[in-house]
Amino acid sequence: MKFTHLASALVAAATLMSTTAALAQAKVQFFPSLTGRTGPVAPNATPFANGYADYMKLVNVRGGINGVMTLVEECETAYATDRGVECYERLKGKHGGATVFQPLSTGITFALTEKVPGDKIPLITSGYGRSDSADGSVFKWNFPLIGHYWVAGDTVLQHIAKKEGGWDKLKGKKIGVVYHDSPFGKELLPIITERSKMHGFELQLLPVPAPGVEQKAIWLQVRQQRPDFVIMQTWGVMTATAIKEAVATGYPREKMFGTWWSGAEPDLKDIGAAAKGYSAVMMQHGAEPGSTVVKDILDKVHAKGEGTGPKEEVGNVLYMRGVVGAMLSVEGVRAAQERFGKGKVMLGEQARWGYENLNLTQAKLDALGFKGVMRPVSTSCTDHMGSAWARVHTWDGAKFTWTSDWLQADEQIIKPMVKASAERYASEKKLQRRDGADCQS
Amino acid sequence: MGFFLETVIGGLMSGMLYSLVALGFVLIFKASGVFNFAQGAMVLFAALAMARFSEWLPQLLGNDSKVLDNVLAFAAAMVLMVAVAWLIERLVLSKLVNQEGITLLMATLGITYFLDGFGQTLFGSAIYKIDVGLPKDPMFLLQSVFQDGVLVNKEDLYAAAIAAALVIALSLFFQYTSTGRALRAVADDHQAAQSIGIPLNRIWVIVWSVAGFVALVAGVIWGSKLGVQFSLSLVALKALPVVILGGLTSVPGAIIGGLIIGVGEKVSEVYLGPFMGGGIEIWFGYVLVLFVLLVRPQGLFGEKIIDRV
Amino acid sequence: MLYRENGQFKTSYGADQQVFPITQDRIGIWLVLAFAVFAVPVLADEYLFRAILIPFLILALAALGLNILVGYCGQISLGTGAFMAVGAYAAYNFSVRIEGMPLILALLLGGACATVVGVLFGIPSLRIKGLYLAVATLAAQFFVDWTFLRISWFTNNSPSGSVNVSNLSFFGISINTPHEKYLFCLGILIVFAWLAKNLVRGHIGREWMAIRDMDVAAAVIGIRPVYAKLTAFAVSSFIVGVAGGLWGFVHLGSWEPAAFSIDRSFQLLFMIIIGGLGSIMGCFFGAAFIVILPIFLNRALPALGDLVNVEISTAAVAHTELMVFGALIVFFLIVEPHGLARLWSTAKEKMRLWPFPH
Repeated sequence: MKFTHLASALVAAATLMSTTAALAQAKVQFFPSLTGRTGPVAPNATPFANGYADYMKLVNVRGGINGVMTLVEECETAYATDRGVECYERLKGKHGGATVFQPLSTGITFALTEKVPGDKIPLITSGYGRSDSADGSVFKWNFPLIGHYWVAGDTVLQHIAKKEGGWDKLKGKKIGVVYHDSPFGKELLPIITERSKMHGFELQLLPVPAPGVEQKAIWLQVRQQRPDFVIMQTWGVMTATAIKEAVATGYPREKMFGTWWSGAEPDLKDIGAAAKGYSAVMMQHGAEPGSTVVKDILDKVHAKGEGTGPKEEVGNVLYMRGVVGAMLSVEGVRAAQERFGKGKVMLGEQARWGYENLNLTQAKLDALGFKGVMRPVSTSCTDHMGSAWARVHTWDGAKFTWTSDWLQADEQIIKPMVKASAERYASEKKLQRRDGADCQS
Repeated sequence: MGFFLETVIGGLMSGMLYSLVALGFVLIFKASGVFNFAQGAMVLFAALAMARFSEWLPQLLGNDSKVLDNVLAFAAAMVLMVAVAWLIERLVLSKLVNQEGITLLMATLGITYFLDGFGQTLFGSAIYKIDVGLPKDPMFLLQSVFQDGVLVNKEDLYAAAIAAALVIALSLFFQYTSTGRALRAVADDHQAAQSIGIPLNRIWVIVWSVAGFVALVAGVIWGSKLGVQFSLSLVALKALPVVILGGLTSVPGAIIGGLIIGVGEKVSEVYLGPFMGGGIEIWFGYVLVLFVLLVRPQGLFGEKIIDRV
Repeated sequence: MLYRENGQFKTSYGADQQVFPITQDRIGIWLVLAFAVFAVPVLADEYLFRAILIPFLILALAALGLNILVGYCGQISLGTGAFMAVGAYAAYNFSVRIEGMPLILALLLGGACATVVGVLFGIPSLRIKGLYLAVATLAAQFFVDWTFLRISWFTNNSPSGSVNVSNLSFFGISINTPHEKYLFCLGILIVFAWLAKNLVRGHIGREWMAIRDMDVAAAVIGIRPVYAKLTAFAVSSFIVGVAGGLWGFVHLGSWEPAAFSIDRSFQLLFMIIIGGLGSIMGCFFGAAFIVILPIFLNRALPALGDLVNVEISTAAVAHTELMVFGALIVFFLIVEPHGLARLWSTAKEKMRLWPFPH
């Protein structure tokens, strides 16, 4: 008796799973989403995942990528590298093959960088990951589109220099760097060290071991050393703790500048007015509640009850980052379709060509709804970053407002650093730089 | 000099905050011999309960008084912690009577995972706010004597005072009430206590509830300081050296251990840290405890371990 | 009826002292090994290799090392992640700084470095016992984590602190596909499991068990606690170090110290408790349980949700995973505090009598 129950249950489960498998054979472009909805970065990574999913839904409402619908499947990594690797292995072959991965974690990026050349799936690591992966002739499959940590470091220093009246005014000053004690945090240091040598300012390095529960000692040191400015490269709950400790030790928030992972609403909204004056450099977009794409998402996705997260979150900084990430994923596929067949599902390596030949003009961006949010992005075989624009926003107690013009990272300094670091990687791995023929593929 | 004073005072107050969490460990170990690794998860769970109840209750009941909201939320969270204590005793502890220490330790680790998941399911995983009116701005003392004065964090000062009051209350509870006496009897010898009629199960529920109360107070204070978020449960890792340094069975040990570890951590990070690249406070407490244990294997105030052959 | 020793007479000491004296056991273990070596590479797909089998093998090896320390010698250690990290980074340094260093030698040298560190942090065990020792070993965990983050020499001065390895080869055979990685790890695991089984059956193993059960009495009858405890730390750290090297080189390919954090230490401790302290078989059971369960839950919960037409969000799946994991651990500890290995041996005992009830 029990056996037949069990048997029928198994048969039912098997049919169900095979039907879902059959449904998945339909033409979809699969975009896996590695999420951090639990764990130390949950408050910050959740809006990103929501924005990513919502934009993909908007693309479907607008007719897909030349008719090909997008499909998003999430896998929770909790910001842990081994879970991220397991999610990658699980999702890479599903639904016809993953198009692109956006790990949202520098640790997972480093691990996946080793795996993607073999699996032929590109990685988009906008604003994080390996800064040297901007050198496309070594890192064929990595795309730190629209910015990486060295762009962040350079632009935040440019902003500080501008406020002081010029790079020469920074000579003799002291800049404290509060950073997450991990590859994510340390990636900022090369550019800051380089600039400090060039312009003669002193650095006070203050690593914060994850997860940064207790930072009193760090901020007591800040109080003692009295750096003129503090730059923060923190992510997740560490940022809020840092700012609270800064408030508690009386360090003026006007002198604190975060990089683009350290300045979003979840970090600041509980502190409210006490954090007024805290600034962060943003990778082109900030909180964009007034933008066209946000209006579209609210009208066409949330109004129909298809929204992934709460409506109040739409337009927030990290939500927008997810939207921008999704947009870049989709536009790369669209560019690939120009070459490999419009209206067809693109394979990972075809999408890779698309990301390498991305040419998003201002007109295209405006048409997609990103007017005033983004500037043109144009990648090539050697340049996988595509643009180096940034701007700074400041917390006024309740929301962010723009407090700088568009800044552009100084490629004269950054490009040689990227090239040198990529050379090191290539020689360690015994890789050859890509030649012209490979660039055409 | 002024800055050194600042560091020491900051360390003392951090230490009191660690002791708050360590007290929970000591209480449970004293009365039931279980090393409760779940204390951190309990702190987080209690803090989440308090934060969310103080958000939901005004919406439910519609009153505006912040004080009343906080008091009601605190009471509700306390009820929840007592329920959790009862469930833990019923479902886990009573079934694992007489098992080895390490089995019980692993069971509490299992409870940690469960409470982590359960708390986030019930209350969510964003950062939540606890606002019990603790002041956030700093206080600068002795500005006439030292340049820039000596920084004293007002919030920490209040927290230290609350912790001290809690310790005094607990000591009075243990010494002068019959339940407290029963708890001490159980801690001394389970079987003897049972033989004179003390109901072990109820005592354990009471102990875990008191530990839950301590966790709630710790959660409110830490949550008010840091915001209620995931890494709050990792405060337990900071409190572990305090428990061991003070001795697993001593309440005053938890306080003194906390003060020593707090001062040690902060002073080492500020003065030694820059030479070693920074970030040493994460292991300094543990290494300090290691060296103290080499001299006194039972901690500073713990019971001497007597092995009978 | 099927599983009994009747009629199996041993005619030499060698035959009497074999690891598996009962013929059925011997046949069973050969079958399992043959399945693992020949059938699994054919049947398993890439995901199964990369996400389940290879982590299972490497973590089973680490659990083996930890079980020697905690299960056989009774010294509770929470610093296993640190020793894995030492093994991994030492192996990395040897292979990167010395041209042409063979992989297997790098791993063994990594294990040797882990041994040195393990013995160093094992010295407190001569004085400290029980839970106090557990917390003292956490000092090893945090200190080693900090060392690999701070001292850039260990990470070959890489700016981000992350290290990576590739193009592994074993005596000319490349180890890059999942099949090759699986067989490599399986080979190392079989060798170490066999060595460990013989160690614990021998003189040193008996010393360890004596120290575990009654260390004062053991010292009275002439077993030197220093020798026993430090050798336990040494052997355990060696095995754990090699496992760490395998984890970094073979499974992850690129890692940072967070890969060997305190969560890893707790995970390994869970494995040996659930699997069974003081049992080599238990390491495998525990590792299988802890590796497979989260992934199984992660995939089964949405499927279950689909069956009853309830959409479970990713976050809810992660939370439920945690809850079920915690609840199952408590459940197993209540049902069988001595672990799955005890369940297995109870089953074997019943098999001896089957079909008779007693």
